[in-house]
Amino acid sequence: MDFDPTILARIQFAFTVSFHIIFPSFTIGLAAYIATLEVLWVATGHERYHRIARFFTKIFAVSFAMGVVSGIVLSYQFGTNWSRFSHVVGNVVGPLIGYEVLTAFFLEATFLGIMLFGYRVPRGLHVFACVMVALGTTLSAFWILSANSWMQTPAGHEIIDGIAHPVDWLAVIFNPSFPYRLAHMVTACYLTTAFVVLAVGARYVYAGRYPEDGRTMMRMALGLIAILAPLQAFIGDAHGLNTLKHQPAKIAAVEGHWENEPGESGVPLVLFAIPNEEAERNDYQIAIPHLGSLILTHSWTDTIQGLKDFARDERPPVAIPFFAFRVMVGMGLLMIAIGWLGVWLLWRRRLFETDWFLAPLRHIWPIGFITILSGWFVTEVGRQPWVAYGILRTADAVSPVEGWAVATTLALFVVVYGIVFSGGIYYINRLIAKGPQGSAVEPPVGLPNRPLASAHKATRAAIDNPGE
Amino acid sequence: MFVGSGMEWYLPVIWSLLLAIAIAMYVVLDGFDLGMGILFPFAASEREKDQMMSSVAPFWDGNETWLVLGGGGLLVAFPLAYSIVMPALYLPVIFMLLALVFRGVAFEFRHVADTSRFLWNIAFAGGSTLAAFFQGVLLGGFVQGIKVENNAFAGGPLDWATPFALLCGFGVVAGYALIGSVWLVMKTEGAAATRSRARAKMLLPVVLVFMGIISLWTPLAFPRIAERWFTTPNLFYLAPVPLLTLALAYAVWRWLERGYENLPFFGVIGLFLLGYFGIGVSIFPYLVPPVLTVWETAAAPASQVFMLIGTVFLLPVILGYIAFVYWLFRGKVREGEGYH
Repeated sequence: MDFDPTILARIQFAFTVSFHIIFPSFTIGLAAYIATLEVLWVATGHERYHRIARFFTKIFAVSFAMGVVSGIVLSYQFGTNWSRFSHVVGNVVGPLIGYEVLTAFFLEATFLGIMLFGYRVPRGLHVFACVMVALGTTLSAFWILSANSWMQTPAGHEIIDGIAHPVDWLAVIFNPSFPYRLAHMVTACYLTTAFVVLAVGARYVYAGRYPEDGRTMMRMALGLIAILAPLQAFIGDAHGLNTLKHQPAKIAAVEGHWENEPGESGVPLVLFAIPNEEAERNDYQIAIPHLGSLILTHSWTDTIQGLKDFARDERPPVAIPFFAFRVMVGMGLLMIAIGWLGVWLLWRRRLFETDWFLAPLRHIWPIGFITILSGWFVTEVGRQPWVAYGILRTADAVSPVEGWAVATTLALFVVVYGIVFSGGIYYINRLIAKGPQGSAVEPPVGLPNRPLASAHKATRAAIDNPGE
Repeated sequence: MFVGSGMEWYLPVIWSLLLAIAIAMYVVLDGFDLGMGILFPFAASEREKDQMMSSVAPFWDGNETWLVLGGGGLLVAFPLAYSIVMPALYLPVIFMLLALVFRGVAFEFRHVADTSRFLWNIAFAGGSTLAAFFQGVLLGGFVQGIKVENNAFAGGPLDWATPFALLCGFGVVAGYALIGSVWLVMKTEGAAATRSRARAKMLLPVVLVFMGIISLWTPLAFPRIAERWFTTPNLFYLAPVPLLTLALAYAVWRWLERGYENLPFFGVIGLFLLGYFGIGVSIFPYLVPPVLTVWETAAAPASQVFMLIGTVFLLPVILGYIAFVYWLFRGKVREGEGYH
């Protein structure tokens, strides 16, 4: 059988990166949530916050491990599968990834040890470790989104003999799409985590288990969602306008906009259609006139470039960005509705008795993951046929590795990740079923995490005092 | 070979040293926790397994990060080398990564699992062993050289699979098992410590034999390496390396005999660094042996400088807080306490 290495490499990368992004999306928000709970615990003295923090720390440990191991894979795939990409843009993208390792990975991975196993360290040090882990995950997002944004909207570089060289590092890091993408993604991570916390809380409240902890989870999650979900709509709109300016072909695909009909004023908003790339038109289209112009140009009649304005080999595939965008927006609107309805019920003091609302909320946890994956499908597929926009085509970026080798590893990735992912979901679900009560955790076997344990008993007493 | 001066000469040299340090940190730090994983099936009881795992639990995430720095550092400082070496060693790199995936999640899943715990024990031990083996294969595949045309890898997907590379794979498994066993001598007590000590004494000669075979094989098979070691004046400068190795190995043996708990671990780190230095001497200045040097594969000076500034400030901070965490969790893991 003949394998096309480029297609296989693309499937493999799409698979591994999609798998990976699920975990950081969750742990970025969860680290911030745990740090917040720890700070609240210290500030208010309520044991409840500590109990919830401990509970989510165990879930964090499992998720973080899956994020770490799947992330290491990616840092090598740039070389194994996309070696020409590494060679052509390595001068520019490399240091951004390098800074991610130095400022973020070591910080989070090292302080994680204290966060998970620092049972007897002074309370202040434990809170500090949680804050450092949260800081690490956020810095990691900063650098990797900077690198990704540079691939979308390259800036601050020059091309010498086909190789990108940095000219202005600030322009490279803060390239045109970066602030929008960073705000959009970090907000998305917080929303994703908030919905997981909301679902866990609803599960406990509905079942009448740990009702007090469940209510605290639901209150905190709904408050955040009610503010962040509508804010995210504005950030997303700004991000979209930024994309229209720098990557108009991507927006044309997202909108399913083939051409501006002569004599027609304004761009319609296509609610539903099946894009037909062969015939260069939409089938079964349902559209609202002028609304596209209103959203994209904030005017009634201005138009945007259609797909036909770009040569066929300059266009992204249409169907994936088109549908993924609609999934993302639909989920986003659902999030706003849930946030507002929930806060209203909370205000009317009816939330915890409203079973028709609680019952479905128990299963709402995947909504953030689905939305984030859809959003990335839009932006990554929409960047095609480029891997670094305008600099390097995806087809020219692939490694000189034979197809069968890529096919073999792809199959292995699918098997291994399938096992690992099922295991992860299963065990996280078990932790949730166990509940926060069992969280007065014993340290794992005899871990010497009680500083000065055997040698300096006097000091040990002093260390133990500020803790529990 | 590049003969020049100024920034374009010394930046790649600095970066190859930094990269060497990062990889050495990885080999030592992840070496002992992978080694613990290799020894995992030989634990006498589930309790002893718990004890072994607890000894590395707070550290392993941080240890593995050095691997990202190794790969990331190569991309940052020598993108051309990265873009040739990775496709050349495509299969062993991915096999190693998948083994690390299994092993990494087994760490956490094993904590949570009960009836399926034995499966994650297997995944943990198997993942650790295979990761170590393929790291050795990568080393061998790298040392033996890579086929390059027009600044790109020009060989086949199985070029790396030679007897030499496989030998290196087994050698690294033995080496990591050794450093894992002396780590357990230092960090555990009771029966686990006694058994680890006996294992270390068994593994030490095995590792020396591997080091000996590789030290003889490389100059015999690769003239460039023979030339590096066996011409004057290099011969005189380098002769102490094997002699020091033998002396240190003897010292480690004595320390194990006499019941020292910490010295064997640091002694084995010394053995690792001597072996590592030997390989470095054989390779330098090639980064894609035997064709491209550190100078020919270097990133643009602007990229190397930008990254160097951050590294100079951040690396001491990183080493500082890593040291703090090792200090915080110092002392021995005790047997038979409660498990959550």
